[in-house]
Amino acid sequence: MYEQVLLLERRDSEYQDLAGYRLAGGYSALGSTLRDSSPEQLIDLVKEAKLRGRGGAGFPTGLKWSFVPKGNASAKWLLCNADEGEPGTFKDRIIMEQTPHLLLEGMTLAAYAIGAAKAYIYIRGEYVTAIRRLEREIQASLQAGLLGKNILGSGFDLDIYVHRGAGAYICGEETALIESLEGKRGQPRFKPPFPAVSGFYKGPTVVNNVETLACVPPIVQRGADWFRSIGSEKCPGPKLYCLSGHVRRPGLYELPMGISLRELVEQHAGGTHSGKKIKAVIPGGISAALLPEPALDVAMDFDALSAAGTMLGSAGVIVMDESTCMVRVAHRIIEFFHHESCGKCTPCREGLAWVEQMLGRIEAGEAKSGDLESMERLYGNIEGNTFCLLGDAAAMALRGVVKNFRHEFIERIQQGGRAA
Amino acid sequence: MKDQTLKQQITEMATRYPASRSAVMPALHLAQAHYGYLTQDAMAEVAEYLHLPRVTVLEIATFYSLFHTRRVGKYHLQLCTNLSCMLLGAERLQRQLEQQLDIRCGETTADGRFTLTAVECLGACEMAPVMQLNDDYCGHLNEQRLAEMLQTLQ
Ligand SMILES: NC(=O)C1=CN([C@@H]2O[C@H](COP(=O)(O)OP(=O)(O)OC[C@H]3O[C@@H](n4cnc5c(N)ncnc54)[C@H](O)[C@@H]3O)[C@@H](O)[C@H]2O)C=CC1
Ligand SMILES: Cc1cc2nc3c(=O)[nH]c(=O)nc-3n(C[C@H](O)[C@H](O)[C@H](O)COP(=O)(O)O)c2cc1C
Ligand code: SF4
Ligand code: FES
Repeated sequence: MYEQVLLLERRDSEYQDLAGYRLAGGYSALGSTLRDSSPEQLIDLVKEAKLRGRGGAGFPTGLKWSFVPKGNASAKWLLCNADEGEPGTFKDRIIMEQTPHLLLEGMTLAAYAIGAAKAYIYIRGEYVTAIRRLEREIQASLQAGLLGKNILGSGFDLDIYVHRGAGAYICGEETALIESLEGKRGQPRFKPPFPAVSGFYKGPTVVNNVETLACVPPIVQRGADWFRSIGSEKCPGPKLYCLSGHVRRPGLYELPMGISLRELVEQHAGGTHSGKKIKAVIPGGISAALLPEPALDVAMDFDALSAAGTMLGSAGVIVMDESTCMVRVAHRIIEFFHHESCGKCTPCREGLAWVEQMLGRIEAGEAKSGDLESMERLYGNIEGNTFCLLGDAAAMALRGVVKNFRHEFIERIQQGGRAA
Repeated sequence: MKDQTLKQQITEMATRYPASRSAVMPALHLAQAHYGYLTQDAMAEVAEYLHLPRVTVLEIATFYSLFHTRRVGKYHLQLCTNLSCMLLGAERLQRQLEQQLDIRCGETTADGRFTLTAVECLGACEMAPVMQLNDDYCGHLNEQRLAEMLQTLQ
């Protein structure tokens, strides 16, 4: 049986406060690290565990930390990305609501590793319960000497602040997040330089996802070998999967990285709630291309999904049964991306507006033959030509729908023609 | 009339960051909670306390969807219409809300009680279809639950 370490067996309220978390062994990882390990040793441990970023891109966490220059030449910053805006995703919210100290302990370890004295949790504005709980628990930690000056008598100082976002999907992109945290409109910056070299007010900055940081205390407690014993060699560790849509048991599942998508959907989540056949599944939030039912025998990890032409992304698994209209799905996906485009570059801002109009016409039965091909050319021109990955993601998601369900688009166009 | 506690809260907020400009979002959240929505005066206050040009504050207030530069109703119903909720009937719920409240999404009822907004994913898809009523999630909605809820809010 797989033992949960992120959802802590979900005994609900017990872990929400400091006392409960400590009873379960919480903060022993921080205690032992501050006592026995140097920042370099902690970075090496995380490298050895092969932890990869759970925000979606899967970049090796220890490696990212090691890019932060050593020494005190300039202030360093740790930013926790809790903006979680990817439709179909709710894992970070549940970590913050259920086990806020797992995140706070992970952040304190990460800050120690990179030498940051201040850290911010950039959290999406809608997460009011999580915001209140984190603020309350930060106070509790300050009082217990787990945050603030001279943490646990080690000489290490850290303040953590909650920064409430205000409803902009793009602020989850790390450089847009940094702009936003500097009090500007959230629009991405050009990379490189990567934030680890030049980020928040030009200081070396590590941006990590909530789940990534929550993996750090268990790695310290149980060791790199334990972490690597779960999942595959290149993509190890525990993983949170968000199940939603036409599924019998929607919810958050903690299981090994690399579990088969079919097993996840059919066994853990109980298949479709309607009993109808599965038509398609989106494996990683709506930025990820969908997989048609026959393709569900794929491992849920960064590499296997990328080889299958899609991505693990935020592990927001959205299940669609036979009754789903794929033209509607495509239209809704593009409406979202167009709405969230920050407006900085033309292919995304204008291109998505056109694609949305075309999809609207197809859905309304007002399109004519040839329109599908023009739309494909259009999103083909968006792909690879946008400033950040938002525009690309939109095009990739749409390509996934059209590639697998082209006949539905054609039928709709032909029916429209007859009706006119 | 300016409010000293708001000024204090905003000034305290600014100390958390390397530059006070970073406090503009928290300050707007505070001002919005204080005044109900971001009036011209509220934004001018934020600009003054943080030593920022007014136009900068306005630019931020209009970029982010959770900042309101117009009055919102006592009950702000934010119905998620993104994919997971759509698959489970959000569009029907949207029509029901529009009919019962006799407004379209984006509008406020004449008596100022209800504002209805169709929003993108609320990060709570496990309880789809879901809406946010002011700060709280209301999940697993269906027509009946929604009708009952509206009644209790009348
Ligand atoms: N969790 C969510 O709600 C969402 C997640 N995503 C995910 O975001 C992903 C894309 O994120 P990006 O940050 O644009 O990807 P990226 O590949 O540019 O960066 C990933 C991380 O690695 C770091 N990095 C990469 N190369 C580096 C280098 N040479 N030196 C130092 N650091 C380096 C970056 O700073 C960043 O922190 C997508 O794969 C998607 O799955 C997208 C939308 C929403
Ligand atoms: C449009 C867009 C939105 C993103 N939104 C999020 C997000 O909400 N949460 C997140 O952790 N990463 C998000 N990312 C990825 C971040 O840019 C970054 O890769 C991540 O925070 C790094 O943390 P990790 O290495 O711990 O995964 C987004 C990327 C893009 C392109
Ligand atoms: S791709 Fe879209 S979201 Fe990204 S910078 Fe360009 S306009 Fe902004
Ligand atoms: S799609 Fe509605 S809450 Fe996520």
